[in-house]
Amino acid sequence: MKRLLLSLFMIGGLATVAVAQSAQYQDAMSKQVADLDSSSSFAPDALVAKINTFERIAEAEKTQWLPYYYAAYCQVMSCFVGQDKGKIDEVADKAAANLDKAETLNPKSSEVACIRSLVASARLMVDPASRGMKYGMEAGQQIELAKTYNAENPRVYLLLGQSLLFTPEQFGGSKSKAKVMLETALQKYAAFKPESAIAPHWGEPYAKELLSKAQ
Amino acid sequence: MFRINLYLSVLLFLPAVLLAQHKISGKVTDNKKHPLPGVNVYIKGSYDGATSKADGSFTFTTTEAGERILAATLSGYQPLEIKINTESGEQLSIILKNAANALRVVTISAGSFEASDDKKGTVLKPLDIVTTAGAGADIVNAIKTLPGAQQTNDREGLFVRGGTGYETQTLIDGMLVRNPFSSSLPDVPGRGRFSPFLFKGTTFSSGGYSAQYGQALSSALVLESTDLPQRSSSSVGLSVIGASAGVENLSRDKKSSWGVEGDYTNLAPYFQVMKPKQTPNLGPEIIGTSLNFRRKTSSTGLLKFYGYGNWSRMGFSSPSIEYPGDMESYQVRNGNIYTNMTYRENLGKDWRIYVGASFSNNRDNIATDTLGKNQTPADIRVRSSLSQSRVMLTRNIGQFSAVRFGGEYQYATEQFSFNQRPFNYADNYTAAFAEGDIYFTPSFVGRVGGRAEYTSVLAKMNIAPRVSLAYKMDNYSQFSVAYGDYYQKPEPQYIRFDHGLGYMKATHYIVSYQRVASDYTFRTELFYKQYADLVKTVPYYSNNGKGYAKGIEVFWRDRKSIKNVDYWISYSYLDTKRDYLNYPKEVQPDFAATHTASLVYKHFFPKLSTNLGLTYTFATGRPYYNPNLPADKFMSDKTIDYHALGVSASYLTTIRKAFTIFVLSVSNAPGNKQVFGYRYSSDGLRRGEITPNVPRFIFLGMFMNFGIDRRQDVINNL
Repeated sequence: MKRLLLSLFMIGGLATVAVAQSAQYQDAMSKQVADLDSSSSFAPDALVAKINTFERIAEAEKTQWLPYYYAAYCQVMSCFVGQDKGKIDEVADKAAANLDKAETLNPKSSEVACIRSLVASARLMVDPASRGMKYGMEAGQQIELAKTYNAENPRVYLLLGQSLLFTPEQFGGSKSKAKVMLETALQKYAAFKPESAIAPHWGEPYAKELLSKAQ
Repeated sequence: MFRINLYLSVLLFLPAVLLAQHKISGKVTDNKKHPLPGVNVYIKGSYDGATSKADGSFTFTTTEAGERILAATLSGYQPLEIKINTESGEQLSIILKNAANALRVVTISAGSFEASDDKKGTVLKPLDIVTTAGAGADIVNAIKTLPGAQQTNDREGLFVRGGTGYETQTLIDGMLVRNPFSSSLPDVPGRGRFSPFLFKGTTFSSGGYSAQYGQALSSALVLESTDLPQRSSSSVGLSVIGASAGVENLSRDKKSSWGVEGDYTNLAPYFQVMKPKQTPNLGPEIIGTSLNFRRKTSSTGLLKFYGYGNWSRMGFSSPSIEYPGDMESYQVRNGNIYTNMTYRENLGKDWRIYVGASFSNNRDNIATDTLGKNQTPADIRVRSSLSQSRVMLTRNIGQFSAVRFGGEYQYATEQFSFNQRPFNYADNYTAAFAEGDIYFTPSFVGRVGGRAEYTSVLAKMNIAPRVSLAYKMDNYSQFSVAYGDYYQKPEPQYIRFDHGLGYMKATHYIVSYQRVASDYTFRTELFYKQYADLVKTVPYYSNNGKGYAKGIEVFWRDRKSIKNVDYWISYSYLDTKRDYLNYPKEVQPDFAATHTASLVYKHFFPKLSTNLGLTYTFATGRPYYNPNLPADKFMSDKTIDYHALGVSASYLTTIRKAFTIFVLSVSNAPGNKQVFGYRYSSDGLRRGEITPNVPRFIFLGMFMNFGIDRRQDVINNL
């Protein structure tokens, strides 16, 4: 509906510079967001390019939270795909700064809390033995927060399922519990209606992949 | 469909001039002409831009026309903005300069090993102390696996680089701990009094340390207590030698917390099963308690209180060397309290203040009949107390440099009586210090400072200059040098008999190189230490002693090469001689081994949730005094080499909601014979070996923690 309105709006001949800007925003964002679930986007170089693009858009559109959100998402993902643990803290700091901006523009966001949880997990990875307590707890608390903001957000269940899958049974993790959680995630994905074409919608293919591991 | 519409609309309605595409291209390098990939190059205020490729090249098109600002950013480099004309079509060459970012800045490192959660590039984490096999969760025992420390397991204390245990000071949050070890029996070292879980950071300084600290000729062990806990929790522990319980409570607003802890240890049942060399005749029994309180006074202010009380009684009988067939007894009853309170706060933009106060009291009542046959036991009472206050101000200068200065005051009483004959004294000690960490460049720092001290019992003052320099050669390696003068009062047992003594002095010279990456650490240090004015007791009390220590140390830690394995290797070579106390000449003292090495190996088995640890330590034989040798052969005999292999296994699980660890640890697992020295009868005809009281100690325990989810604590490399 929104798309249609937008098109009509523009065809209606009201193409001021402001509208052109917003069309440019929609266009640039949808181009970047379209392939976020494809594995080629997670090659380190591709991620750097995406981070840079989102940061450029964020700088030009200071009132939009999504460019900050996506820049942070790509930054935290680069921590997981990159090999150099020594760089994680630096990248995580940048992601956290972007999330702070995203949150000011869009407070109490379930999506932002999900990325915060990922940032904590990334920091934990630097030294699981001594950082586990602090960041493991923070990662858990952020998922809980994300759930209270929006219990229908499928990414909450994806992250919970992932955590259950990779936690040993002695500590409450298990494949069967992970399976249940990931199935819930997929149901939520099916029901989830993103607010717009460029609103967060990533994770479904990854949930399926994890589910196959939990079988 | 939407996209087509969008393009159509853009094509239809935008003025043609905005659609003119200009190609912007060029190359980004650093100031050494190396290409920089990943740089975000863009026209400010627009989306138009590109990320530089592996060869530093970039190219993009923009519809922006005319003079525009081109920006180039890359983390670790100073952002660059230049004016360009998008229509000129020239090939841009952009040079980015290194940013002086905190991660890359050099830090003072000569002579010190830091263990901390939050600082970068630390070699040892607090958790490492607990998981080091053979250390028995004792901070000092874990520190002994680092280069510079001696394996002196027949007496307590940290013996560093040719120094005695007295020459090492322990500090908690900057406040001195007068009695960091529990009272010991002859040849059986006391354990450290403080749990490793209390601390978030530990710095083991084996020389060249800051002017902030004084009265330690050799080494400073600087412990930094934890801040507010993450969450409320409680814990219980059960082991073959005792039980413990604790509660930690975090307030709802997460601004304050309190904690209480108690433990009870009784070794008597254990010793009934595992017969020790000496027979217990009192205890051994220990009761310990502690209390802490933390309060966040503002976003930057923190008030901490820590209080500790410990009561123990223990005694042993052993066969007399002096009178064969007789038994000798030694019993000690100890009471110890330690409290400290510290407060930190930022005062405005660049100033920080630290204020601390501490009080401690230690009482040892000793009954011994080792001194003569058929005598009523000698009654020795030692009581010492210390009150300390300390203030420090820090001012930041520029981005990294800082100066700090402050002062401290200590009031100490030492009471000693031998069969009711008293020898008491009190001392007022004042000190002032000033020190600056000056960054000439982000890769070159100098720490210059000094300390002035006055102590009333000696009625003398001293001024101790200290200098360190560190230069960072690249992202991983740095080179450091340090020099410093260190003064210390003689031990109470000498001052109490002679108030005319002066300070003992040591001068340190250190050269070090280190290479630290995220998964490995390499360090090597060369040191020379000169001792002057050491106390001599023969022929009369004086400061005529002297000595030196020099050596080389190597440390390697690797967390990457073998999966799920973390290991470190330390090696120390020490050449030291001293003429002190009753020594007739300068010789290698009985606490110093020439070669010392440690291997600490930790293997985590994720599927079994089990950590296996091995610690192997080696030291060459130490000299001992053989009264049957002529005076020119004084201390020329050496004990056998020391080998120890500690093994530990910990299994991690949850029981209901409680995170639980089962620990089995065995010290000296193969049961190697360890001889630390010999004790001779006064006629020199008989001698007894100084060996560990139990050749092998087996510890089995279980620790449960409720409330805190510590599972991630131990999930290594999953």
